Formats: sequence, C-alpha cells, structure tokens
Amino acid sequence: MRVALLLTPALSLIIILFIGGIVLAIMQSVGYLPMIGKTDFSLDAYRNILLDHRFRMSLGLSLYISFVSTAISTVLAVACGLLIRSVIRGKKSLAFIFQLNLSVPHIVGAVAILLLLSQSGLLSRAAYALGLISVPSDFPVLTGDYWAFGVIAQYVWKEVPFIGIVVLAVLTGPTKDFEAAARSLGASPWQTFRRVTLPILTPAVLATSIIVFAFTFGYFEVPFILGRRFPEVLPVLAYRAFTNPDLGLRSEALALNVVLVFVVTNLIIAYRFVIHKYIR
Amino acid sequence: MNSVSHPKTKLSISRHLKILAITLMIVLLLLPFIALLPWAFSKSWYFPDLIPEHFSLRGWRAVLAPRSRLIEGLINSTLIAGVVALVSTAIGLFTGRALGIHKFRGKRTIELLLLAPVIFPTIAVAMGIQVTFIRLGLANTLPGVMLVHLVPTIPYVSLVMGGVFANYDVQFEDQARVLGSGPFRTLFRITVPMVKAGLIVAGLFAFILSWSEFMLTQLIGGGSVITLPLLLFTFVRSDIQMAATLAIIYLLPAIAVLGLTARYMTEDSSAVGGIGVV
Repeated sequence: MRVALLLTPALSLIIILFIGGIVLAIMQSVGYLPMIGKTDFSLDAYRNILLDHRFRMSLGLSLYISFVSTAISTVLAVACGLLIRSVIRGKKSLAFIFQLNLSVPHIVGAVAILLLLSQSGLLSRAAYALGLISVPSDFPVLTGDYWAFGVIAQYVWKEVPFIGIVVLAVLTGPTKDFEAAARSLGASPWQTFRRVTLPILTPAVLATSIIVFAFTFGYFEVPFILGRRFPEVLPVLAYRAFTNPDLGLRSEALALNVVLVFVVTNLIIAYRFVIHKYIR
Repeated sequence: MNSVSHPKTKLSISRHLKILAITLMIVLLLLPFIALLPWAFSKSWYFPDLIPEHFSLRGWRAVLAPRSRLIEGLINSTLIAGVVALVSTAIGLFTGRALGIHKFRGKRTIELLLLAPVIFPTIAVAMGIQVTFIRLGLANTLPGVMLVHLVPTIPYVSLVMGGVFANYDVQFEDQARVLGSGPFRTLFRITVPMVKAGLIVAGLFAFILSWSEFMLTQLIGGGSVITLPLLLFTFVRSDIQMAATLAIIYLLPAIAVLGLTARYMTEDSSAVGGIGVV
C-alpha cells in the first residue's frame, strides 16, 4: 500500500505520457485520425512504407549507422577504460577530461564535428597547411557523405566516454585481484585480459552497448545535421513525413515510428536475455 | 646483464606507447571543441586559414541582438529545465524510496517500465502524443513542454534515487518517530538531509536532460516555445558564426553541471554519471 503510494507519481506519468504516447502512435499508424475525419482501421500506411524503396534504404542506413557506431564505441571504450585505469599519476584529471563530453548536448557535438570534418573544416585546413590538398574539394567528403562518416564520428565521440565510464566502474571492483591471481598462476597479459578481464566486463558493457544502439537508432538531431539528404535515417524520414503539410502522410509518419519502436522492443528482449544470462 | 636490460627497454617502449595513446585520446576528445571555438571569435574565417585572421565579436553581437531571440530561448530553457529538475527530483525521492527500500511483487516489471523511456525513441512518443496535447490545449505552452520533458527525466532520477535508498538506514526515521517527530518533520529533518547529495545529483541530471532535449520541445512546443537547442538548429543552417557562439553559451551550464556532479558523487556511483546523457 505504502509502496503503491510512493510509486504513483512516477508510474502514472510514465503510463499516461510514455505508454500513452506509444499507444497513440500505433493507433494513428493504423488509421485512427479523427482530426482529419478518418477513423477506419487500415494497414495502408504499413503497406505504403514497406513497398517504398526509400523506407528500405532508410532502415538499412539506420541499422548500419547504429551497428558501426556501437561496435567502434564499445571497442574503444574498453581500450580507453583499461588505459585510464593503468595511469597512476594524474588519473583523476584524465578521468575528468574523459567524462567532459558526457554532458555536452548532442547538437553541440554535431555542430563541432561539422566544423571539424567538413571540406572547409579544421582538418581540411590542416591538410592544406601540410601541403596535402590545395582546394577544399580535394579533401574527402566526411560530412553528408555516403558512408555517414560524420554521423558515426559524432556518435563514437559521444558514446566512448558513456560506455567507458561503465568500463571504469566495473574495473574498480575486485577485478584487479582476479587479474593478479591469474598472473600469479602464470597467465600471460593477453590470456589474463581474454580469460579474466573481458568476461567480467562483458555483462555491463554489453548492456550499455544495447542502450547505445537503441539510442542512436532512434536519434534525430545528429543525422539531421551531419547526414545525407538521401537516403535519410528512419527518424529523419519520419520527421519529414510528420511535418509535411499533407496530413495524409501522418499515418505513414507514425508507422515509421512504430517500426522504430518494434526494433527497439526486440533489443530490450535481447537486453533482458543478456541480463538473465550473465547477472543472475 | 642482458636479461636485466631487456625487460627494461620493453617497459620503456610500452611506457612511450601508453603516453602516445593517452595523448591521442585527449586530442581526439578535445579536437571538436578546438574546431568550434575560433568561429565564435572571428570576423571571417576563410579556407585555408588555420587561425582566423581577425579577432571579432560579431558572433556575440549577432547572438545578443534582440532579433536573434537568444534571451527568450535562454529564459525558456532555464525555466523549463529548472522546473523539470525540481519536479523530477521530488518524484525521484518517492520512486527511489519504493525501489531502494521495499521488496514487492512485480518489482522488476515496474523497474523495467520506469527505465523504458531511456531506450525507446522519444520521437515516437512526441509524434504519438502531439495531437492529444493540441486537443487538451497543452501544446505550444510552457507547462505542456515541461510535462513531456518528465518522460526522459523520470528514469534517471528513479535510478539515482533507487541507488541512494538501497544504502539507506530506515532506523533513523524510526528513532525520530519514537522521539515524537511527525511524518512531515521526519521527512524534512531526517530523510531529505540524509539523501541530500543524491537529490542534488538527480536534480542536476534532470536539468541536463531537459536542457539538451530537442524533439519533444520542437513537436510539443510547436514553434511557440523557443529554447536554445531550437535556436541552435536554425543557426546551423543560416549563420555558422552565430551557431558556434550559441553553442558555447549552450554548453557552459552543461559543463558546470558536470563539475558540480563530480563534487557530489562518490567513485562507485560514478557509473550512473555516464548514463546522464546517452
């Protein structure tokens, strides 16, 4: 009873606003749009987007960006975490610099990466100063490019510290004692890493990586600033359909969001599986 | 002799490699800021100049000019993030207590439900709920925007306060009550002071999350509620000097919050710090 009372504010807000929002998104995606006089159930929106090759390209692009960003961030985060732990003097300051961009809003990061990587950006100027290029167009296209290099660079820059903090937190536990035990039993540094450190890190890091994947998959601002005009990631595609003056596209915009939610739901199932397998 | 000098050289090589790796890490982390900063203090910064030729405050004058709507954005952002931080912290106090102290049936499901907004895309929530907010008259208003900002903040305050209450000793409250203290007195004289550091950290997280939020403000604010990220989005397309200048203004409170959080956080809870902003 007391517990129910304590949980009421948070639960009611999450149920009304969050669950409510998702349910309303699903309802509007299947044709419940009283504001434009449509209330008939229909799966037209889903048929339209599934038949549209732009949707398939967007889904592919979104999955590609999230997968590559998450994989690179995870590997680098483990490396950075181990590196920071091995430092003796100045460890605190180093950890602070490492955490610095955790609180940096993503939009600021995206603007900064744009000014760093664009063809007239800082790196391009540095390449000129070194005599590598003579005009901006000689510099490789790294923003708004085919491989989404700029988008991935921004995500990696932001998420390495995010995962890295988790790595550092796990490493401050009794990990050191286990590693010392392995070493004293004759394990090589690589064997110790492979057989002791990595298995200890895996559950927490994997769980954090899944959050990063889901986050980058549903995020709008970074690909909007740093991505290509075509194909666009799913959230940008959904946003364009949603803000289109043609209200007939509303159902499709919401259907795209339901696809996002569907993919993320499967990730959560994977997440729970990971937690169950390793932590319990 | 050889066998002694050999591991020494090896050690020194690995030492150099380590210093190199650390330098590389710091440079890569700071490089985007280095690309951003000069734009806010230059008159014109044409390719291929590595350093701007003329120092200028044009960006600052343009951003501070009334037609840039900076003051409006600053007031709205601060007001929204401030109220959202206060309300979420109060909610977190209750939720954290329930999750940290009590054991009950369905606890894992409730925890999962409370954390779900972290992992689900806010864009789906924003687009789904927009029409209803318009119908209820909540769209295009500050309270409406504050209300939806609670969706991303509740998971974090619950997480932080749940952790705080997991290490909390309820017996102090029992003693206060035995000595004749009423429930409100106990709350404000015993409970709140004991979890103060946690409340501050939770509040700072909520502030940063609301401060960084774009999509919920854009769709629920409907262009009537202008905040700093919305202005930044417009400037990126129109005037890169103004964008860089605004980015710095927008960044400072975030960095300040990080500094403050570090003061109130012990080493083991620093893992939560990372979750602050995905």
